[in-house]
Amino acid sequence: MYELIIAAFVLLSLILYALLGGADFGGGMWDLLACGPRAEQQRKAIAAAISPIWEANHVWLILVIVLLFSAFPPAFAALMTALHIPITLMLTGIVLRGSAFIFRKYDSQGVGVRHRWGAVFGAACFFTPFFQGMVMGALTTGQIRCVDGQVTTGFFAGWLTPFAFACGVFAPVLFTFLAATYMTLYTRAEPALQNDFRRRALGSGLALGPVALAVFLTSKTGAPEMFHGLTQWWAPLLLTGTSLCAGTALLALWRRWFVLARIAAAAQVALILAGWGCAQYPNLITPDVTLHNSAAPEATLRLLTFALSAGAVLLLPALIFLFRLFSHPDNDRDAPPKSEP
Amino acid sequence: MNDLFFARSQMAMSLGFHIVFAAMGIGMPVLMCVAEGLHLRTGRAVYLDLCKRWARGTAILFAVGAVSGTVLSFELGLLWPGFMKEAGAIIGMPFSLEGFAFFSEAIFLGVYLYGWKRLPPFMHWLSGIVLACSGILSGVFVVTANAWMNAPAGFKRVGEKFTEIDPIAAMLNPASLHEVLHMTLAAFVASGFAVAGVHAFFLLRDRRSEFHRAALGIALILACTSAPLQIISGDFSARSVAKLQPAKLAAMEAHYHTEAGAPLFIGGLPNDELKTIEYALRIPKGLSLLATHDPNTRIVGLEEFPRADWPNVRIVHWAFDLMVGCGMALLGVSAWAGWHWWRKHPLPDGGWLLRVLVLASPLGFVALEAGWVVTEVGRQPWIIQGIMRTAEAVTPMHYIAVPFVAFTLLYFFLAIIVILLLRRQFLESSHV
Repeated sequence: MYELIIAAFVLLSLILYALLGGADFGGGMWDLLACGPRAEQQRKAIAAAISPIWEANHVWLILVIVLLFSAFPPAFAALMTALHIPITLMLTGIVLRGSAFIFRKYDSQGVGVRHRWGAVFGAACFFTPFFQGMVMGALTTGQIRCVDGQVTTGFFAGWLTPFAFACGVFAPVLFTFLAATYMTLYTRAEPALQNDFRRRALGSGLALGPVALAVFLTSKTGAPEMFHGLTQWWAPLLLTGTSLCAGTALLALWRRWFVLARIAAAAQVALILAGWGCAQYPNLITPDVTLHNSAAPEATLRLLTFALSAGAVLLLPALIFLFRLFSHPDNDRDAPPKSEP
Repeated sequence: MNDLFFARSQMAMSLGFHIVFAAMGIGMPVLMCVAEGLHLRTGRAVYLDLCKRWARGTAILFAVGAVSGTVLSFELGLLWPGFMKEAGAIIGMPFSLEGFAFFSEAIFLGVYLYGWKRLPPFMHWLSGIVLACSGILSGVFVVTANAWMNAPAGFKRVGEKFTEIDPIAAMLNPASLHEVLHMTLAAFVASGFAVAGVHAFFLLRDRRSEFHRAALGIALILACTSAPLQIISGDFSARSVAKLQPAKLAAMEAHYHTEAGAPLFIGGLPNDELKTIEYALRIPKGLSLLATHDPNTRIVGLEEFPRADWPNVRIVHWAFDLMVGCGMALLGVSAWAGWHWWRKHPLPDGGWLLRVLVLASPLGFVALEAGWVVTEVGRQPWIIQGIMRTAEAVTPMHYIAVPFVAFTLLYFFLAIIVILLLRRQFLESSHV
């Protein structure tokens, strides 16, 4: 019972990480891809939007990890063993992303140096979610096997498959879509800039279609249990919901209903991850490690549930305060404040 | 040189790197809050200037600290899955609480760094207070997890299984109090003296700079009040270690033979084969006095333990002496600065004190790193004292040398950049 609550918290943190931290990665990729007459303004707007919040958004990932090792220790140990290589690569991405971003901000040497930091930042913003997607995909392939909590399939199982690779591509594309959609609201005081991000959001939103199809097709052989999960009774509902959100987001972007676009895009991402969670249930590492057979003793889980609830009550107001405070750029003080999704 | 060696090296390197940023993340918000509070009270612009300058440096340090801390939380599993599999359920609690404290730190850092124009001054200062408290709390929680590895509690061991797990008892293990006190003070001493040294350096160039005088004053208050407290907390720690981990204490003091009225050896060359120490300064009955406050107590020596359970005596002993040496030096500097303040009241402008402060600037961090070497190497060969050996916990992954070298190079590169950037922030500030 408690393991289900904690697992729900983990999934929720993962969704929030994608919605918030993921959008920061997306912003980094748009920084790298900035072009046209307003390239520098695009970069500036992205940096202004990300700067105050990226560290808080990053903590969702730490929360996921901490909850995993507190509540499902054998699953954490197996995950970190079997996927040692892609996770280490992801970590270099995390280190380079954060450092390069802050170095660029405070390195006043000149444009050349700043561009070099910007390139490192942007590249890390692609590779980090790429490996994150790969790791998530690898967990569902069913190729990582454990006996008595010991990984028996070595260090290359699961993540070097077409399905994991498709998931790896899916994550960054999804995050670029999310970031561009958010940015249309953030730049509402500058219509030209807003239109830049609107076009980018539409482009990446459309690109998401074929990538999602690739994930779906490769899952049939690459992640059979997942594919099976997606053919159960609730799957059509979820798929319809996700497609509806995707359609609404694109339409809203097209018609310039930016608030609706942001809500629909966020809902779309949340539904994708919720669907992944449902299809994966009750597995953590398909097929051997489930959230039941790897759960910590009840005393730990009960305390964790309590701590999480208390923590949420304390933190949520602070988070909302943060997002409201920085929901608009400096020069836009008169615009009505809008809260984050 | 096997994978265990490289796994330990990678963990040591990652921790040694992160801890500098973590300590600054605890100390800097306190300094900024004092400066901003003084600005609110006196209205003097120099304090606001100072606070904003410090905030720039803190932004850089905090970002690198956040990402290197993330690496550590993953490395717990990447390098020590055998440990996490068993310990996760027991010490997950402080890590989860640390997660929340860090969350609040990240939120209010954002508010503090970017909210100057968006918040009324008093609210801004208040967000700094929340930031400082969260920073201290994060450190406290993480250190209790480390304390548990030194003094495991809150479970029963039946065969290979850990049962009757009580995460609260694990968090409040017997080593928590002294480790938490010692580490929190260490963060204040290290960051206080590091900052004081930098501003003393600029004051030597320009004695009249209001900016650097204000900065030095605030940094010295933090450094010089925490340094003497740290000596007291160190004494408390030594007595606790004597009770909880006699083998670690024996290694710290290169104390091979059990004896009453044990002498204290300072420096020297410990020899494990002959169980002697050469070239050391010998203080009769010093160790008994230090460990129990009674000159005649019997202190257990390393000979009582199987050779396989000894930590590396030379490393632990030298690191301990280095830590204590730095601590004593800083106590001396604090006394000098305090006397100066008492006698002449205004801030130090005597060239000699400023020069000594510049020289003492890195000593807090040297002591802090040496202290962690004592704690961690002194616990070896155990990852959970007396329960699980480090070798049992290590990942089955091969070629750990590769990530070790990669992360070492990456961190080395980051360290250089951070130093260059901080230097530039300070150079710009010298014109203020």
